[in-house]
Amino acid sequence: MSTENNNLYDNINVGDLPKSTPGWKIVVQEILADKLALFSLIIFTLITCYVFGLTLFLSLRDIVTVDLFAINVAPNDEWRLGTDYGGRDIFGQLIIGTRNSLAIGILVTLLSVGFGIVYGVICGYFGGHIDNAMMRFVDFMIILPFLMIVVVFVTIVPSYDIFTFSLMMAVFLWMGTARLIRSLALQERELDYINASRTMGSSHFKIIFTQLLPNLVGIIIVNGTLSLAANIGIEAGLSFIGFGFPEDYPSLGTLMAYAQNTQTLQHRPWVWMPAAILILILMLCVRNVGEALRRAGDARQRQG
Amino acid sequence: MIKFTIRRLLITFPQLILLSVLVFILASLMPGDALSGLIDPDIPREQVELMRERLGLNNPWYIQYRDWVWAMVSEGDFGRSIFHQRPVMDLIGDRIWNTVWLSLMTVFFIYAIGLPLGLISGRYNDTITDSIITGYTYLGFATPTFVFALVLLYLFGFVWPVFPTSGSVRAGIPPGSLDYVLSKINHLVLPSLSVALIGLVGTVQYLRSGVIETKQKDYVILARSKGVKEGKIYSRHIFRNSIIPIAAFFGYEITGLLGGSVIIEQIFGYPGMGRLFLESISTRDYSVANVLILFYGFLAIVGALLSDIILSIIDPRIRIK
Repeated sequence: MSTENNNLYDNINVGDLPKSTPGWKIVVQEILADKLALFSLIIFTLITCYVFGLTLFLSLRDIVTVDLFAINVAPNDEWRLGTDYGGRDIFGQLIIGTRNSLAIGILVTLLSVGFGIVYGVICGYFGGHIDNAMMRFVDFMIILPFLMIVVVFVTIVPSYDIFTFSLMMAVFLWMGTARLIRSLALQERELDYINASRTMGSSHFKIIFTQLLPNLVGIIIVNGTLSLAANIGIEAGLSFIGFGFPEDYPSLGTLMAYAQNTQTLQHRPWVWMPAAILILILMLCVRNVGEALRRAGDARQRQG
Repeated sequence: MIKFTIRRLLITFPQLILLSVLVFILASLMPGDALSGLIDPDIPREQVELMRERLGLNNPWYIQYRDWVWAMVSEGDFGRSIFHQRPVMDLIGDRIWNTVWLSLMTVFFIYAIGLPLGLISGRYNDTITDSIITGYTYLGFATPTFVFALVLLYLFGFVWPVFPTSGSVRAGIPPGSLDYVLSKINHLVLPSLSVALIGLVGTVQYLRSGVIETKQKDYVILARSKGVKEGKIYSRHIFRNSIIPIAAFFGYEITGLLGGSVIIEQIFGYPGMGRLFLESISTRDYSVANVLILFYGFLAIVGALLSDIILSIIDPRIRIK
């Protein structure tokens, strides 16, 4: 014990205070210590790189063009994963679909978590009447039937792209983050460093964005990772019932949607099974990493 | 207690008003109005204009909103379905019980399977059994319900056909007979199990940590040193105290299930309200879709209200000032 301490303080210059391990270092240590999380992170990165890399060489037009001579072909040498009822290559759809699903998932997460943070931190930091009024609105948003309203939006909006679609989803998905950040900001604002900064005349804006939020970064990352896993599933669900992207713009959900045809579900599992497995793998990997990060934020549960 | 309930009720009214405004805005954004389905090309333009005037469709929006709310509150008039040419409430009346049965069955499975799993995993924590159950909750959290439902449908509806794959009852059985009830239950098993097996992971996790926390409490140690049998300690002392948070969220659970039925009813071709919603969207029968959104929103508001009141009875700390 004592030798360790000696080593620790050996190189400290006069005037240098001993620093605690920086946050990112704990995160790296924790992920390296948790073999499952490390494995998940590697798998997720590999899939992402593979998918985004391969889409550069695939042509969406070739893949979604109907080919009447190759309808419902079972997997063989030419069609690695077979074709659907329009003679379209499942493998190509899977690659492009995974890319689209990941892109939407990440975009929805960035938008909803971003807005949730700003909303929550304003509530928590200012407190009082502002907090009360703004949180009543959150209570209202939470009770809305999410799926139904998004379905209605998707039908009445004449056209949308990845960004506007993600925006429509994010409008109804920021409340969880807002509640979390608010409760943390409420605790944080009572602490001395905020008061000290306030006495020195810092503006609210400066305190919130340069002093308060950096202290919540760990939790924000955890929250974002866990929402990413959920959002991938939600997008797939929407596309599955036919209110996400159309068939000529594949996502993992549109591939699953082919299984709504009982013939396809029963006799042509190659159409929907790979997408189902991929959704499970992606969500599991992202969640594993998120859980490891959550443990990293909670000193009692650390493994490394 | 009464003060809290009144305060909580007061919050409910603005929520209801906001909900109705939102649905009204959605309705006005949708193409078509109450006349679209009735008009045929032979009717002269002036007459259509006259009908529009009489129905109040040319009034400013706030008068239309007032009339719309008034019709619902005073006369129970929720509008007509253009596609089915019937009052919307009749359509919902046909479907509502199917969804209610589905939700009740799901709740039954969630607690019938979830509670024992949570108790076992908390009681024998850090054993192999516990690891298996924890691993299962881990997987369950990462699995979207619709993927799991599809896999179950594939396995038990087609590969090994033990359960029916669509509908709510076998055709040709007279209602009221025992066969009818059995057939209904048979049709419910697969959809409700696929929701419940994923939905119960939260309950298991809550109960597990509750049991692990409670079994180190002093009164448990006291009971044990008095010589109370282990089984009784768990059923009488630990279970009762760890069930509180789960009981409190009962209201949320039920409304959550009602609201989440859209995708499940679609997969299993189950004729409930969620399916009615998707059908009405795809037939552009927006008046039905709007009432359903209003209805689900209303249920969620009531569910949240009930849960908060139950919670405040059980745990006085959360009462809002």
